[in-house]
Amino acid sequence: MSTRVAPIPTDRLVVNIGPSHPVTHGTLRIQVELEGETIVRSACEIGYLHRGFEKQAETVFYEQVVPYAERLNYMGPIMNSNAWCHAVEEMLGITVPARAQAIRVITTEMARIIDHCVCIGANLVDLGALTNFWYLYNYREKIYDLYEELCGARMMVNYPRIGGVAADFPEGWLEKLVLVMEDLKNHLADVQGLVETNRIFVDRTQGVCVISQKDAINFGMTGPCLRATGIPYDVRKVQPYWGYDRYQFEVPTGTAGDTYERVVLRFREMEQSRRIVMQAIEQLPEGDYILDDPRFVKPAKDLVYNTMEGLISHFKIVMHGVSPPRGEYYSATEGGNGELGFYIISDGGPKAWRVRIRPPCFINYSAFPQMINGSMLADAIAALGSVNVIAGELDR
Amino acid sequence: MQQADITARLQARFGDRIVASSEFRGQSALTIRPADLIEVATFLRDEPELDFTMLMDLGGVDYLDYGDDREWRYEVAYQFYSISKNHRFRIKVAVEDESVQVPTLHSLWRNANWMEREVFDQFGVVFSGHKNLRRILNHEDFVGHPLRKDYPINRRQRLSRPIEHLIPDDPEWA
Amino acid sequence: MGLESNFDQPFITTSIDAVVNWGRKYSMWPMPFGTACCAIEFMGVVASRYDVSRFGAELVRFSPRQADLLLVMGTVTQKMAPVLKQIYDQMPEPKWVISMGACASSGGFYDNYSVVQGIDELIPVDVYVAGCPPRPENVIGAIVKIQEKISQEKTAAWR
Repeated sequence: MSTRVAPIPTDRLVVNIGPSHPVTHGTLRIQVELEGETIVRSACEIGYLHRGFEKQAETVFYEQVVPYAERLNYMGPIMNSNAWCHAVEEMLGITVPARAQAIRVITTEMARIIDHCVCIGANLVDLGALTNFWYLYNYREKIYDLYEELCGARMMVNYPRIGGVAADFPEGWLEKLVLVMEDLKNHLADVQGLVETNRIFVDRTQGVCVISQKDAINFGMTGPCLRATGIPYDVRKVQPYWGYDRYQFEVPTGTAGDTYERVVLRFREMEQSRRIVMQAIEQLPEGDYILDDPRFVKPAKDLVYNTMEGLISHFKIVMHGVSPPRGEYYSATEGGNGELGFYIISDGGPKAWRVRIRPPCFINYSAFPQMINGSMLADAIAALGSVNVIAGELDR
Repeated sequence: MQQADITARLQARFGDRIVASSEFRGQSALTIRPADLIEVATFLRDEPELDFTMLMDLGGVDYLDYGDDREWRYEVAYQFYSISKNHRFRIKVAVEDESVQVPTLHSLWRNANWMEREVFDQFGVVFSGHKNLRRILNHEDFVGHPLRKDYPINRRQRLSRPIEHLIPDDPEWA
Repeated sequence: MGLESNFDQPFITTSIDAVVNWGRKYSMWPMPFGTACCAIEFMGVVASRYDVSRFGAELVRFSPRQADLLLVMGTVTQKMAPVLKQIYDQMPEPKWVISMGACASSGGFYDNYSVVQGIDELIPVDVYVAGCPPRPENVIGAIVKIQEKISQEKTAAWR
């Protein structure tokens, strides 16, 4: 005798994830509508860390924007402030000396490495793999020690200046950097050995939350999210700046556009960044670390104290700042998550008229509801870490 | 293609519908009216020599008291990029004041959704055809548009209740 | 010798305050309310170099119902303020609050329309940590200060 059970009507459940949640790595909020365990519709809410960067940048001098810019992508802060100084220098029409460019490349690639360290470490913690977090964070501390010796601070270093950088490398710093970069291979081998062919990790991330190449372009995604779908777009390669065309490095790309590729691509990028740093150290040119132009750069202290011209130009730069001519400029560099753009409009004064940031996370994250519709809730959590949304850059 | 060639192609095609053109440090930009935006953007995307596949950025600007002779207050700046041809271009849409609406580019590029919401939030420019035009960065009880030049930077507005927000009916506009 | 020798099990005499405070301060369960860059520095505190587990506070609980130390790390914006208040209200007594960083203590250098100028506009704070971001030793110093504060509490005061 068989029993037949009539289908029981069910409602969809709306689940709220965030804004205070261990997995969102910051202040993100996602509302999902679940049918069983599958996400049927979803929406993302942002703005919980909107700190008014764009309005604040209109009230301070161009050089004073550097600390604000560093707090955009706070995982690798120097990338943003180097990019800001680059944008202002393009508007002023000046070129920094070759040594300063190489210093910028070295510090940016170090920042990219630590950005990827945190992204992968935090993503793996969400999946339950806590050991990698300790390994990668230990490596991050080594890079912090180097930053501290160079700039005086661990994270928010305030090191780039308009016209170059604030100081040259201390004695013995480059040798320590070489040792730390050699150490990266060990750390990467440790983590990759635990993770890349791990059955659990592969099952949880391969084929999960896929975004197609066409959709990725339509959403304007850049960075590892776009490269995981197969398009090798990297601003450092297609429109090089700071001498990136002199260094040999590859742009890792994937094919499937799923969570697995987005994470594994970051391992490869860390290795490529290491290659760039080593080449930059070998090819490091001699010369000034900052431009020797008293219109834009404060003169050296002995000139300020002993010559009248030095004192006057120091006074003018501190009190009146630098003033780009009237006009607008869009400058793009490769940040940790994609193309970081600064669209600056100047009215000829010492403060910017309008600063618009093209935040890579904002545009990558706007594709997130599309990515997770149709997956299960746990898959969405895994995918959120792989997109590497940093609230400081998302909300500015 | 060089910036001057792109400008020449657009001027040949659209002629006097272009309001202004500018060039600074090797980058060119053209200003158009809101009604022409969809046609210009479609031309940029579909013309084989231009092939602008990506909308990189969409941002608003307030030119109150900028000190030149323009007759419009707001501009919405669109940065385009072509992956195959590796060139960039900027189109600016002149918006006289907050009563003028700009058509949405969502039908061409889906990332216009959130970026237009941000321009609406910070400047008050309305995008016609946008089905989910709500504030995105500031909270929903906020009154005013903070990035306008006449909004004082220190005017804080409290939010006294947690926000409930709705999943929109059309998943395309999430 | 003394009273203890008359019994077969060893014991020590102390006061309830000392025992309760000893238990509370060496096993604090932090609730990390991380919003911005200070949260990354806190992750450094929890990591293996500046091990906060030495002080008993490594068990971060992301549910406010299971935590007793609220660490507000990073800028709190007007949009986030009701969320912070709700999380604070959901925590059971006894609870302590550390305001980590310049943004949480006073708004930092963001004096604009969207940032709360210090979380003490919303919730009572026990220890403020200065820095942008504070060094991990600074954060551990704050936890030690909370431990000192706890050791001076009287259980009768909680009634």
